[in-house]
Amino acid sequence: MSNKKSLTRETAAGRNNQVREGAARILFLAAACVSILAVLLITVFLLVSGVPAIAEIGVFKFLFGTVWKPGNDIYGILPMILGSLYVTAGALVLGVPVGVLTAIFLSRFASKKLVSYLKPAVQLLAGIPSVVYGFFGLVVIVPLLGGRGSMLAASIVLAIMILPTVITVSESSLNAVESSYYEGSLALGATHERSVFSIILPAAKSGVTAAVILGVGRAIGEAMAVIMVAGNQPRMPQGIMKGLRTLTTNIVMEMGYSADLHREALIATAVVLFVFILIINFLFSLTKRGNKA
Amino acid sequence: MKRQKISALLLRLSVYLATIITIGALLFVAGYVLVKGVPNLSWKLFEWKYTTDNLSLLPALLNTILMTALSLLIAVPLGVFAAIYLVEYAKRGSKLVRLIRMNAETLAGIPSIVYGLFGMLFFVTALKLGFSMLSGALTISIMILPVILRTSEEALMSVPDSFREGSFGLGAGRLRTVFRVVLPDAIPGILAGVILGVGRTVGETAALLYTAGTSSDTVSGIMDSARTLSVHMYALSQEGLYINQTYATAVVLLVIVVGINALSAMVAKRVTRRKI
Repeated sequence: MSNKKSLTRETAAGRNNQVREGAARILFLAAACVSILAVLLITVFLLVSGVPAIAEIGVFKFLFGTVWKPGNDIYGILPMILGSLYVTAGALVLGVPVGVLTAIFLSRFASKKLVSYLKPAVQLLAGIPSVVYGFFGLVVIVPLLGGRGSMLAASIVLAIMILPTVITVSESSLNAVESSYYEGSLALGATHERSVFSIILPAAKSGVTAAVILGVGRAIGEAMAVIMVAGNQPRMPQGIMKGLRTLTTNIVMEMGYSADLHREALIATAVVLFVFILIINFLFSLTKRGNKA
Repeated sequence: MKRQKISALLLRLSVYLATIITIGALLFVAGYVLVKGVPNLSWKLFEWKYTTDNLSLLPALLNTILMTALSLLIAVPLGVFAAIYLVEYAKRGSKLVRLIRMNAETLAGIPSIVYGLFGMLFFVTALKLGFSMLSGALTISIMILPVILRTSEEALMSVPDSFREGSFGLGAGRLRTVFRVVLPDAIPGILAGVILGVGRTVGETAALLYTAGTSSDTVSGIMDSARTLSVHMYALSQEGLYINQTYATAVVLLVIVVGINALSAMVAKRVTRRKI
């Protein structure tokens, strides 16, 4: 009798347990799906609020129009697209060589002890907030370059900002190169430097490419640091010492007071930026796949 | 032979030079802000209420703490639970897992101003939460979700399978194994990711401008508009009149964020050391 009772109690407990397990599983699954939901929501909300404006303005006029005059209902964002591309290209030209060479130093030249000091320092560089970078650019770099915000000032600030990304990702891919490559090169009589540059660096190529792509993503998406140093004139870029406006800063500058079509055109600017970022993500995943193969 | 020596020397020099530039940039940025900012720190900047006279940063600092707490409250359970699903429940390499990872990576790449606009469209307008702490925190929590998810995933994966097998062998169910055996072992790793998320929240400006707004007072509730320290610093620098106070605010911000990141690195280091 008592035996039977405990048996039913046990199965009840077992069923209880099963319910709990099932509920937990669903809860965890739901949490995991939040990322998917978030990407969907972001895409839908941007498209729904931005695309009608592009249709109203005209795709061609919007993407290739060279004049941005919200007061006259003229919305061409080519100046900002070029602005973003130029500033990012400038940041790459300045930042990538320094970043990759620093990664080479950390990976193949520095002593272990030195690396243990330098690596945290590089990580600290990554932690500095973008407003602080922007402010530093505003009070140090802009005055050095003649006192006005310019493309060069923005590129310099961004170059510093992408350094940690470029260094960290390149370094780990350099570290991952098999030592037999290096040893083989030394055995053939090449110097340490030559082995590093001609054998290890090419072997780590896809990792370094991934680092550069990540840097592009960071540079093109940066808003606050750029807004403080780029001058922000909504006109076609006119040279590296002249001010320009990027996609991100266009949004930050005007969102606060915009309405109607102007507001929608700004959201459409974000759509264009979003498309750029998706392309960059796609390229990044391609290089990563290349890494595995 | 001589040519080889020269080229080796040049390559070596270029590597040294690059490293000096990197470290120089770091020291220059941090050093300049500290040197200019520390002398401008004063008690006036820490007065209870913000006025255009004292330009106190204390309200913004309190808002930052609240904003961070609120964001973590949303993002940490979501991120950790999602990681638990990916590592402990899902079949490794299944389609759903790949889809979730892909989306998390996409989220990690989205610029903060796009988050800001989305937050404005969705939380502020569509859900009618207005310019508020809550809108800001919800926006931020989506932004830091991939960081927390990824670090939690790594932390869970580094727990040896023998732990799980032992627990199952003793008759524990999956849920119990996760919470009693796997999670406690993974906590330091998760913590390192959470601290990174805190650092990003404190340093964030663009995602908050059009979601939490720029009200300079300490909030009285989560539906109030509030500026965090980063937004406060941006607002000050835009006005252009208060350069000294901006330097001082930059120092406080820099010290907090760098401190938080150092803490995260320390926690992460302790984890790896223990694992070895």
